[in-house]
Amino acid sequence: MLCEQCGERPATVHFTEIVQGQKSEYHLCEACAREKGQAAYEAMIGAFSVNQLLSGLLHLDPTAPQRSDTPAPRCESCGLTFQQFAQVGRFGCPDCYQAFSRELGTLLKRVQSSDQHTGKIPRRRGGVIGARRELNRLRQEMHMRVVEERFEDAAQLRDRIRYLEQQIESQA
Amino acid sequence: MSLSDFLSNATSKWLRDDGPDSDIVISSRVRIARNLTDRSFPMLASERDKQNLLDEVAAAVKQPDVQKLGRFELLKMGDLTDVEKQVLVEKHLISPALLEAQGGAVILREDEEISVMVNEEDHLRLQCLLPGYQLDGAYQIVNRLDDALEETLDFSFDETKGYLTACPTNVGTGMRASVMMHLPALVLTGQIGRILSAVTHVGLAVRGIYGEGTDALGNLFQISNQITLGQSEEEIIGNLHGVARQLVDHERGARQYLLRDGKEQIEDRVCRSFGILAYARQIDSKEAMQRLSDVRLGIDLGIIKGVSANILKELMVATQPGFLQKYYGHEMSPAMRDVKRASLMRERLRMNDGE
Repeated sequence: MLCEQCGERPATVHFTEIVQGQKSEYHLCEACAREKGQAAYEAMIGAFSVNQLLSGLLHLDPTAPQRSDTPAPRCESCGLTFQQFAQVGRFGCPDCYQAFSRELGTLLKRVQSSDQHTGKIPRRRGGVIGARRELNRLRQEMHMRVVEERFEDAAQLRDRIRYLEQQIESQA
Repeated sequence: MSLSDFLSNATSKWLRDDGPDSDIVISSRVRIARNLTDRSFPMLASERDKQNLLDEVAAAVKQPDVQKLGRFELLKMGDLTDVEKQVLVEKHLISPALLEAQGGAVILREDEEISVMVNEEDHLRLQCLLPGYQLDGAYQIVNRLDDALEETLDFSFDETKGYLTACPTNVGTGMRASVMMHLPALVLTGQIGRILSAVTHVGLAVRGIYGEGTDALGNLFQISNQITLGQSEEEIIGNLHGVARQLVDHERGARQYLLRDGKEQIEDRVCRSFGILAYARQIDSKEAMQRLSDVRLGIDLGIIKGVSANILKELMVATQPGFLQKYYGHEMSPAMRDVKRASLMRERLRMNDGE
């Protein structure tokens, strides 16, 4: 089989990608695979980049109107413009998430399953965040116990909630 | 140096050892992205910023909490030869993107089960790669390293968005978990297409490795999570676990079916491939992977005896360009590689004859 890019050299790099039911196949020679660059090589070793897909999503996003009289959105911390982000699909610094939150709109929800982190919290620096998350959980549980008329359990939960609230206040 | 010495010196622990379900699951990998606060991601960072980051990370690795987890060595990409870097990629310890990155480095644990890429797309990418089916184990190891590094490093974290990463497809947990599976019987019985398209509908991605169509080369498939935000680490691994278990069960079922209803065909196929690997004088990587997959299936089904089951993953890596060049000591054209690849295969099969 000849390389589908140059049609000259034998194809020695073969790979298939199936993402969300979409299948793509590539048959390339060494030189073209190298030229095609990272995408081919990443697939060869199993890594995967969705940056291109992401910038595709952003170009379709009508929530970022381009107006000449207002300056283009830009992250104050690193200087990256939203336009640049849309091209490369990567942020410049952690502050970009805040700086472009309006332009991003529902993007996170579309590429992810939700826009709310529910996983790990940093052990050392995340103490208050963990306590707040625990607090929300306890409040929901307390309401459920009240609905079930299990008032003794609810009272115990109320005491723990008060204790946590005090702790959070003292750390703030 | 003899081939067996070369392989035992040059391969990582995940390539040498077996793990749970390693008749089907080749390896389990968990990788998490972390970034430090108050500075640009590597894409916009200056040479100096990257050097500073590297110094800070190197200092963090020297802390007792990290040292408790093993002996680590820091390798700067700029100090390595092209072949050394290529071999790290082929062993799945670093990504090809790190080769391009200015100021990139990798921190490796002695057994190469843990690697930390510095200054790739994110400041840090922590990875644990274990043989066989050990997703939970891999996550626990990465999680412990994450906690130990966090003792002295301030990671960017947002209460609603989680760990902040350069690419929004990694934000939240910053975690990619994956299993590499050898599924020859599902391919031979034609069930693979249906099963894999079902997998892609539950938020997971599947890739054939060096593959072509549903006849993925070497019948190797990698299954990984796509979603990093909105699910906890445990949920992500739980989903992957559920799917991987089903695939293992289906593959075992299909293997039993092949033995029962097509014993002569499968024996013929496996033994032919063994013969070709044992006597071929040139072989391209595509055919080599298919023959290796057949031989590995033959070993698992008890048709081929006296050959180590590790031969598939070992040779899958050792016949890559970087490894071939390292073993034979010089650069070579693709045609020359085909000759050397065949020679290495023959040598490797003879190695087992004496056992």
